[in-house]
Amino acid sequence: MKKLSKGARSDLITYAAVILAFIVVSVLKSNGSLNRSQSGLLVPICCYIVMAVSLNLTVGILGDLSLGHAGFMSVGAFTGVITAMSLMNVIPSVWLRLTLAMIVGAFFAAVIGFLIGIPVLRLTGDYLAIVTLAFGEIIKELITCLLVGVDSEGLHIIFNVSGSKTANDLKLLEGGRVIIKGAQGATGTKTIASFTAGFILVMIALVIVQNLIRSRQGRAIMAVRDNRIAAESVGINVTRYKMMAFVTSAALAGAAGALFGLNYSNLAATKFDFNTSILVLVFVVLGGLGNIWGSIIATVVLYILPEALRGFANYRMLIYAIVLIVVMLATNNPVLKTYREELRAKFSRKDKKEAADT
Amino acid sequence: MKKALVLILALTMVFALAAPSAFADGAFKLGSSGPLTGGAAIYGISVMNGIQIAVDEINAMDDGFQFEFMSQDDEADSGDKAINAYNTLMDWGMQVMAGTVTSGSGITVAAQAFDERLFMLTPSGSSVDLIADKDNAFQVCFTDPNQGVASADYFAANFPGAKVAVIYRNDDAYSQGIRDTFVTEAAAKGVEVVYEGTFTDSTSTDFNVQLTAAQGAGADLIFLPIYYTPASVILQQANAMGYAPKFFGVDGMDGILTVEGFDTKLAEGVFLLTPFSADAEDARTQAFVAEYQSRFGEIPNQFAADGYDAAYILKAALQAAGCTPDMSADAICEALIEVMPTISVDGVTGSGMTWSASGEVSKAPMAVVIKDGVYVTPEF
Repeated sequence: MKKLSKGARSDLITYAAVILAFIVVSVLKSNGSLNRSQSGLLVPICCYIVMAVSLNLTVGILGDLSLGHAGFMSVGAFTGVITAMSLMNVIPSVWLRLTLAMIVGAFFAAVIGFLIGIPVLRLTGDYLAIVTLAFGEIIKELITCLLVGVDSEGLHIIFNVSGSKTANDLKLLEGGRVIIKGAQGATGTKTIASFTAGFILVMIALVIVQNLIRSRQGRAIMAVRDNRIAAESVGINVTRYKMMAFVTSAALAGAAGALFGLNYSNLAATKFDFNTSILVLVFVVLGGLGNIWGSIIATVVLYILPEALRGFANYRMLIYAIVLIVVMLATNNPVLKTYREELRAKFSRKDKKEAADT
Repeated sequence: MKKALVLILALTMVFALAAPSAFADGAFKLGSSGPLTGGAAIYGISVMNGIQIAVDEINAMDDGFQFEFMSQDDEADSGDKAINAYNTLMDWGMQVMAGTVTSGSGITVAAQAFDERLFMLTPSGSSVDLIADKDNAFQVCFTDPNQGVASADYFAANFPGAKVAVIYRNDDAYSQGIRDTFVTEAAAKGVEVVYEGTFTDSTSTDFNVQLTAAQGAGADLIFLPIYYTPASVILQQANAMGYAPKFFGVDGMDGILTVEGFDTKLAEGVFLLTPFSADAEDARTQAFVAEYQSRFGEIPNQFAADGYDAAYILKAALQAAGCTPDMSADAICEALIEVMPTISVDGVTGSGMTWSASGEVSKAPMAVVIKDGVYVTPEF
């Protein structure tokens, strides 16, 4: 058997683990072992996994702290909802509409990511964090001003800056439907997202991100992260590689947003605020910067945790916070770290021995 | 394979934590969701306290009618958290819902409940979108447009010739909704609106610009279709700049007297439209206020009253429809949809409340004015 590199093997294990988890959960779901609240968590978990994996590309691989990732999710969610809702009469196939919505969501998020990237990627460190934070807030405010409706004549869009217009100003014809109602966000969306779609999106995100990391471009991106000056001196086009990582990350977040938006009949722009950006950042940081499968596990555990803690009633958020602190301390505890490394050394010795035997 | 194992273990472990609860006989399972943590928690907790008191009173009655009550936290989120709370309640076996507390999560949950045929009566979700095109969703509180229309009518009747300024929050569906119908109705009724100022959640700490502009436009009556926290800032800043118009709020203004660090003298003379006044003389309100105070150590606000009424309305409807606790949620839903437009309920937020088939409540809006720190009926 051809020997795989360590990196490629770790990638394959991640794919296998995600596929296995999908099969296990699907089987549990089909034989009715999952109750409603559990199966209701599946789609948002998939969305947040894609969010975390894509943010890991910016924060962990590119090394730039972005605090506006929810902004891209928001762009994807609302463009995705507009696409799916306005094509409802034209394309009856749910799957085709969902796919189109995700592609459109990813496209618009990528375009916005590119435009934002031009000024943002000239900055580093704290400055970059502040500008991305502002970007997230701006997107939220802009969508709050947006009125969108569709009728037989096509899309009607009003940009309600003065705040004095209402959905009636869209002047929709008979049978038209309002898709986005300003501050109320998208209302009356037909929910077409499914767990299978979420799983496929997670797999696509993993394939894109992991292959990017292992490619020549990925190594260039990491070189920029590790030492910008050194990277430049060996002829790496810093702006190009930064932009590549940033736009890929934005596009994936947009696709995740489209899936998320189509999972709820009502979704306000305020959902994608600073807190959501930070939530995703917490998933990435606790899962380990640059560690893709760590992001996945952290997302799954931390998203389910507040739901699993419902038994503690009003104290659940307090306990959630304590758990976050404990996890953060535990992962950085030197004693535990040494112990973990010893364990890992033992395992890899065993692996090597097995590999040598075959 | 270690990583896969860890992933599966993590998945199964957390899923296993949520255990189903046992069914109780002879009691209707009443569920409600609202913000119990976070910035809007005051509303959710008030509603849940109100429902809890009503449920305890109903269960103590000797008529064989019992409720089992469960509340879940939705953090006032309009997306995933609202559905998560709803799903948790459905797993528990909820048969009727006295929720949600906020409009945003209500719209999301109502769409789901409509598809699954669950009856919901929202105590305080005032958006029209919550009940629009859904036969299973009813309201205890007024809808936003109703409040805007009622306010404009009240101005036309009681403040003829007033120059009105409106300051509202344009990133909030509640505030925007009231403002929209108010302005339309004001134009129809000949009420003069001289200035409109907006703010957002992030700019709700400074209103000098809006107040100066309102003063400059010659407004002598300021309409505040907003919640009481920003309203308290407006009152303070207007006082500081020596501007003393009449202030008029809607149900979100209820609670202004409980703001910490706020000089309640500044609220003297503020008008507000509210269905509930804790100082009302009738025996029902008095008993409710006394019970609420002894349990939770504070005067109940309108949200608590809405929750309290919701439980009694559901009881009246369930009895009128002849429902029994062994019926399924969708059978109860269809039965309640039939009887809701036919019943009339007396509660602490209004007597002789009736409902239209669309889910809107009909009860008299009551304007009160704050005098010596209590709500009294205004005299002209």
